[in-house]
Amino acid sequence: MYRTPEGKDIFVVDGHTHFWDGSPENQKNIHGKQFIDCFYAYHTGLSPKEQLWEKGKFEKYSADDLYRDLFIDGPDDVAIVQSTYLKDFYKNGFNTIERNAEVAKRYPERFIVNGAFDPRDGEKALEYIHFLKETYDVKGVKMYTAEWNGASKGWKLTDPDAYKCFELCEKLGIKNIHVHKGPTIIPLSKDAFDVHDVDHAATDFQGLNWIIEHCGLPRLDDFCWIATQETNVYGGLAVALPFIHSRPRYFGEVIGELLFWLGPEKILFGSDYAIWTPRWLVEKFWAYQIPQDIAAERGVQLTDEIKEKILGLNAARLYNIDVEAKKKALAKSPFSIAAE
Amino acid sequence: MATASVSGSREKELWRRLGEVNDPELDEPITEMGFVEQAEIRGDGSVEVDFRLPTYWCSPNFAFLMLDGVRKALDQLSWSPAYRVRLHDHMFAEEVNRGIEDGKTFGDIFAGLAGDEDIGALRETFNMKAFKRRQEAVLLALRKQRLTDREILGMDLAAYDVARLGSGDAASRKARYRAALVERFPARKQGDAVFVTWEGRQIPSEALDAYLAELRAVRINMEFNGALCRGLKQARYKELDVIDGEPTLVDFIMDRVPERNAPAT
Repeated sequence: MYRTPEGKDIFVVDGHTHFWDGSPENQKNIHGKQFIDCFYAYHTGLSPKEQLWEKGKFEKYSADDLYRDLFIDGPDDVAIVQSTYLKDFYKNGFNTIERNAEVAKRYPERFIVNGAFDPRDGEKALEYIHFLKETYDVKGVKMYTAEWNGASKGWKLTDPDAYKCFELCEKLGIKNIHVHKGPTIIPLSKDAFDVHDVDHAATDFQGLNWIIEHCGLPRLDDFCWIATQETNVYGGLAVALPFIHSRPRYFGEVIGELLFWLGPEKILFGSDYAIWTPRWLVEKFWAYQIPQDIAAERGVQLTDEIKEKILGLNAARLYNIDVEAKKKALAKSPFSIAAE
Repeated sequence: MATASVSGSREKELWRRLGEVNDPELDEPITEMGFVEQAEIRGDGSVEVDFRLPTYWCSPNFAFLMLDGVRKALDQLSWSPAYRVRLHDHMFAEEVNRGIEDGKTFGDIFAGLAGDEDIGALRETFNMKAFKRRQEAVLLALRKQRLTDREILGMDLAAYDVARLGSGDAASRKARYRAALVERFPARKQGDAVFVTWEGRQIPSEALDAYLAELRAVRINMEFNGALCRGLKQARYKELDVIDGEPTLVDFIMDRVPERNAPAT
């Protein structure tokens, strides 16, 4: 729960968090080292100075770090923890669903654990989706189309094998497909950040929600266009939001575009923990106003009501969270008492 | 000493040429982004350039476009030196370096990896983005000078050349847009319109707001990359800002800038 300076309680769903192990012991090769180094560079490049972590902690933080940063020091009520396997880079994977489910087990009312699969595994992928549903009852998955798999350096949402997987997801009620479309550098063969496959997949799978993490940046215009056409396409603010600190005016332009094109119902907060911690992000977001000239050009405002939607209500809708019931349940949780 | 001044002026020429190479994705000079780690003129006049990027993962096609730009820049040096260009700390550094040395095309270097990548089309896309970003900057600057939309859009090249946009950044943006315009439309004459779309169409003054919104979207994407690249590179190499493309104290401390007046041996 985030309590505003005016004393209002805001329900927060952190749509994008991780519990990874990027430590040298777990790195399989140079790519594993470079991958976590790149994350660390995001962390140091865009965090306020007083929020910086030591490299060692960043590579592998504890479950207690996570609980504290999200729920005690942090304002999250519910955290969606995403799985990213990267088994070509890390011996035990980067953040597998097993690892995520383990950390979630202690406080199940606080977590939504999402799965992941790789359509390039063919039949095995379909079996794995069944396994995810039966074992973890997942409501969502994270797709990382730039992941390496043997000789392949990436895939598309429109690949026939991917379509088979999405058909199965729809059938099993795994409704929320989070797709990483952001500042990734691979696959090398494409104008790296293409978002057009989202357009086709979202049209062909109307029963699924497509949450595009990082809003397709740096392809914001393409993303906005697609998300305007498709009622089931949403934008996740992870990576875009930290600019609120280092380049607030620029953040104003981004959120201005998103509000103009997508409207306030289709934007979701996400910290991308542990690249960034949610507390400073939420505090700055609540205090933020779009610069007047940008707001006037686009005819949009970032009101308290809209902020509340972005911070939690929109994600709650997608994941069928009864906000009032959840608030009551969480009021009794050890974290809420610890935070008092 | 004559040799000292020769080496000093060659030094300047080298950095000036390198400064004309842009990061295609950001439309900013590679020297300003700090991608040129070191550029050295050796005793025999040959040149060595060390090049690096913000992350190990930076798209190799962008790396290739920049290194190709460096290669072309070095080909224009007045003393026609032999040169060596090396990319460091990148996942495809070896492939790229070997390919560049052999004068190969992108397709040859990445055959089998790049699939159907058309580097020419990619270059064209980036040229278009640069054109739009530069155009937006001068359109907004002219509006700030309190010109009406009709006056701005009615401007021909001759009028543009004498228009005042201020000094410093504004002046350099003005020149950069002119360069992009002339590159796109080489036949443009003094009496021709200076503000047209990338496709060469006139922009009606009542449509300028909508058109600027489109240009803004292009800029937002490019700035995202620029800000991210700067942050990542700084974090990776733990360095200070490069000011105005000139090497700063930290560059000297880290021995990234060759001595300006070292006598040739």
